[in-house]
Amino acid sequence: MSGYFSEIYTGGKSLLIGLGVTFRAFIKPVVTVQYPREKIDVSPNIRGHIELIKCNDIEAKHDCRVCGMCAKNCPCNCIVVEGEKQEGVKGKVLTVFTVDFTKCSLCGLCVETCSRSALRFSNEYELAGFTREEFHFDLIKRLEEK
Amino acid sequence: MEQIIKFIQTYSLLRMLLAFCCLIGIIFANAIVMGYLERKIAARIQRRWGPMEVGLQGWLQMILDGVKILSKQLIVPKDANRFLFRLAPLLCFTPVAMVFVALPISRSLYGINLNIGLIYIIAMGSINVFSILIAGWSSNNKYSLFGAMRSVAQNIAYEVPILLSLLAVVLTTSTFDLQEIVKAQSGPIWFVLYPNLFVAFVIYLIAGCAETNRAPFDLPEAESELTAGYHTEYSGFAFGLFAIAEYGNLFIMASIATIMFLGGWNGPFGFLSGPVMGAIWFLSKVFILMLTMMWVRWTYPRVRFDQLMNLAWKYLIPFSLVNLLITALVVKII
Ligand code: SF4
Ligand code: SF4
Repeated sequence: MSGYFSEIYTGGKSLLIGLGVTFRAFIKPVVTVQYPREKIDVSPNIRGHIELIKCNDIEAKHDCRVCGMCAKNCPCNCIVVEGEKQEGVKGKVLTVFTVDFTKCSLCGLCVETCSRSALRFSNEYELAGFTREEFHFDLIKRLEEK
Repeated sequence: MEQIIKFIQTYSLLRMLLAFCCLIGIIFANAIVMGYLERKIAARIQRRWGPMEVGLQGWLQMILDGVKILSKQLIVPKDANRFLFRLAPLLCFTPVAMVFVALPISRSLYGINLNIGLIYIIAMGSINVFSILIAGWSSNNKYSLFGAMRSVAQNIAYEVPILLSLLAVVLTTSTFDLQEIVKAQSGPIWFVLYPNLFVAFVIYLIAGCAETNRAPFDLPEAESELTAGYHTEYSGFAFGLFAIAEYGNLFIMASIATIMFLGGWNGPFGFLSGPVMGAIWFLSKVFILMLTMMWVRWTYPRVRFDQLMNLAWKYLIPFSLVNLLITALVVKII
């Protein structure tokens, strides 16, 4: 019988504490945002598709030497790197750098293997399209647009 | 203008029709306002914004939802009992409208004043469980049937503490007339301030929460177990009627609590209890109670069925019985 009343007491008390918790949540400010109109900053570690890092002190604006390690290492075979020899320039000049994001598994091997540290993950997350071809990104063009 | 008033006064049938239209308007408006507030409060408790897109702070959202519901087809499942399936939403909605007639909103604003008003309201209120049973059974869907069965067991269990706790007030005032009960509280002390009637008030609130099938006692709907319980198969306006009736029942529950325990249309210390101010007092008390019910709803998780039954039979009913006994003794002695 004593258990009966102590149960009512502890139960009632915990119910009141619960009400207090929700009341405090009620008067605290809202934490969500109205998404398309307001955005919160994404975490710097987010993995979007890969992109070439921009460096302004080089004429080509990027540091890729067309070694092809990223394309060879990619387990999904989604990177295409091509270059050509040009007059008066040491080494090769990058002409094609595309990534097929529909296949990319975001494993990060390309970023890891690049000996020139010319690649990184972008922080683009609003990706939507009607065709697969829209996700074949041309990274050189992207770099120029930036 | 005078002619119109005279005309209305002469034809009582017209007056009734007018009152009835107002009543339906109030029930629909109540559902829209409460639905909106419910969503907003739920959102704020979960620290979201809630409806924000249509109109200022999203106030048009419920109206748009209503329009959407109206435009939907009413589908009757193939093997359902067509007649009962169509009947259930009406059976759910009509008693709500009938109870609103007898609520004394202020000294002179009421549909009819019955000297057995309380019995009438409780009798009408218990038709609700009947409609849920019919809806669940006629849908020919096992989830609906489960929901309906749970609802019947729950309502039978919780009607007892409701009646016993209200009986304590009736013993104190020795009348079933709602206006008389309100008038008995016109002094500075409302019934909720008496210790024994305070216990009755708390019991009434808990049991009323269960009687209106709201969380944490929303087992007949239990969306995680029974999709939507008894109204799983309903679409379009039939579903809308169930939703409107739910908020109507909430309003009725809160207004009975106001009438019986919180002084009805009396202001504090009998302050400003005229016909107009009385209605404002009454409605604000009802709204505060309804908002509290929403706060409770968004705080507690749903109880398990055995917990539900335990609460009714092991706690609420014994307490209300003892409380009734004490009230009877107090009334006899004083
Ligand atoms: S992240 Fe992995 S899968 Fe994607 S392009 Fe780089 S190596 Fe290929
Ligand atoms: S590994 Fe680096 S340097 Fe080599 S091709 Fe890829 S991006 Fe260019």
